[in-house]
Amino acid sequence: MKLKTTSKIYTSLILFFLYAPIAVLIFFSFNSSKSTGVFTGFSLKWYGELFKNADIIEALKRTLIVASLSSAFATIIGTAAAVGIDKMTKKWVKSATLTVTNVPLMNPDIVTGISMMLMFVFVGRMFGQKSILGFNTLLISHITFNIPYVILSVLPKLKQTDKHLSEAAQDLGCTPVAAFFKVVFPSILPGIVTGMMMAFTLSLDDFIISNFTTDTYQTLPIYIYSMTKKNVSPDINALSTIIFFTILFLLVLINVTQSRMESKTKKLDL
Amino acid sequence: MQNKLVSLQNIRVKFDDDEILKGINLDIYDKEFVTLLGPSGCGKTTTLRIIGGFVTPDSGKVIYGGAEINDVPPHKRPFNTVFQKYALFPHLNVYENIAFGLRIKKLPEKQIKAKVTEMLELVSLKGFAKRNVNSLSGGQQQRVAIARALAIDPKVLLLDEPLGALDLKLRKDMQIELKKIQQQAGITFLYVTHDQEEALSMSDKVVVMDNGIIQQIGTPQDIYNEPKNAFVADFIGESNILDAVMKEDYIASLSGYDFKCLDGGYAKNELVDAVIRPEDVDVVPAEKGMLAGVVTSVVFKGVYFEIIIDINGFKWMIQTTDYQPIGAMIGISIEPDAIHIMKKSVYSGVYGDYSSFSDEVDNPEVETSNEVNTNL
Repeated sequence: MKLKTTSKIYTSLILFFLYAPIAVLIFFSFNSSKSTGVFTGFSLKWYGELFKNADIIEALKRTLIVASLSSAFATIIGTAAAVGIDKMTKKWVKSATLTVTNVPLMNPDIVTGISMMLMFVFVGRMFGQKSILGFNTLLISHITFNIPYVILSVLPKLKQTDKHLSEAAQDLGCTPVAAFFKVVFPSILPGIVTGMMMAFTLSLDDFIISNFTTDTYQTLPIYIYSMTKKNVSPDINALSTIIFFTILFLLVLINVTQSRMESKTKKLDL
Repeated sequence: MQNKLVSLQNIRVKFDDDEILKGINLDIYDKEFVTLLGPSGCGKTTTLRIIGGFVTPDSGKVIYGGAEINDVPPHKRPFNTVFQKYALFPHLNVYENIAFGLRIKKLPEKQIKAKVTEMLELVSLKGFAKRNVNSLSGGQQQRVAIARALAIDPKVLLLDEPLGALDLKLRKDMQIELKKIQQQAGITFLYVTHDQEEALSMSDKVVVMDNGIIQQIGTPQDIYNEPKNAFVADFIGESNILDAVMKEDYIASLSGYDFKCLDGGYAKNELVDAVIRPEDVDVVPAEKGMLAGVVTSVVFKGVYFEIIIDINGFKWMIQTTDYQPIGAMIGISIEPDAIHIMKKSVYSGVYGDYSSFSDEVDNPEVETSNEVNTNL
């Protein structure tokens, strides 16, 4: 009984420390005055301000474009890669490939960001370009750091899929490619969707890598950062609150699809 | 029946450095029920997959309709497979699973419906069309897999241990069902199993394999009554296999007694293997027996007792309906037609003695499967 109380207190403390800053942020986003110290009354004023700010809307648009495109490309490339890795028969080749694709996950963002910037500049110089950084480089870097996440979420689904499914489809007259799309694809679809949503989320909130690989094409995180450098205006609080809830929503969505997919596989086992 | 459908000519396959098939020659005729029988890792599944087109042989020819089809991909071969674990498409219902091959052929919807209905009836699954395949029992999934493969009228149906996952009772029912389906559909079946009883009860022709080599091809009766070597004799049912000497035609000396037998044509005093099935040995009082020995173990099997007796150091297995206590001295008597003489082979001395007898030793299932390799 005592242990239960202790563990309850402990859990509450952890949750408190994790979410206190965000709670403060959300709280002050509804403040009617500019102060970050005194709550003068409830108001949606800063949310209104936010949507009047053309720069913010523009940055939001760019963020969504990069997130959609990069997650789409990363999903296609990552799924193809996962299928290839799954087909590898030699164990050491498989694990070596997996390690190589996983390194970017562990690599600090700052290293990834700087190395990508260096590479872009180097390639740009090779072609006599002064400034190559911009939308294209940003998109490429986002696709790159998203691919491992897609691979990681598709691979387990491929492992669960009966190896004979594709053979059975070919046996019934499908070409190998048609067999993949008709039979294997539907059974790994939940993994693909999860991977794509994860990629979208990661792209949406990436700051460090983006900061190094773009110049004037600013996404929302970069814009917020530059705002804080000038003067802290409370519409940032409103914006951050919106971002927080968007990400939260996406995470819940990912979890729900995952648990649905698990309960489906459980049914399969019965 | 005499129309040759598929031929394998000197097929060899290697996986890494493992030679899986060492020169397989096999003819399959129209409307035949052929069974590939052997222990795990003997190459039977690989042979099936070669015909299905999933494995390309390193050398040798696969002939169909007078032409070599080694390089024809699976989707262009008129053979269909029932996979070991059925490989039903989990995102499609029973109807769509069976219709899958027909849709690939782009047949009109009306024709598809007629064919699927016909197939559902053939495998006794009327009324299951809309069911989710995951909600079906093992036996029902099995039937859907067969219906799916038969729907596009294959020339040969390839079945890879299709009954392996079912319980004993269901397996027996499905054996009868399969034979019925084969006769109704009038299609050649090539069936892979390690279960000798299954092979004997369903097949027109049994192909016994071991170690990548075909040991014997024959009717179930041939295989059981006239095994070619100790491996076949031992794999197809229980058998006592003893060293024997052909004193002259129709006289085989084993364990120090000259038995009359029906085999001739061996050299004088040639060393041979003699097979005596446990059910063919009669128990008699010790003094009246051709040979006599001490009972070392008795197991009640329901219909009969399984008795091990020690005769001159060789442990015989005998199946008899009369109980004999351990330690009893009993005699045995063997009719001439119960003795089968085989030439010596590499398997001589490996099988057929029950001195280390236990159920595990005799059950090929217990060995860890090398077959996994062949499924890559």
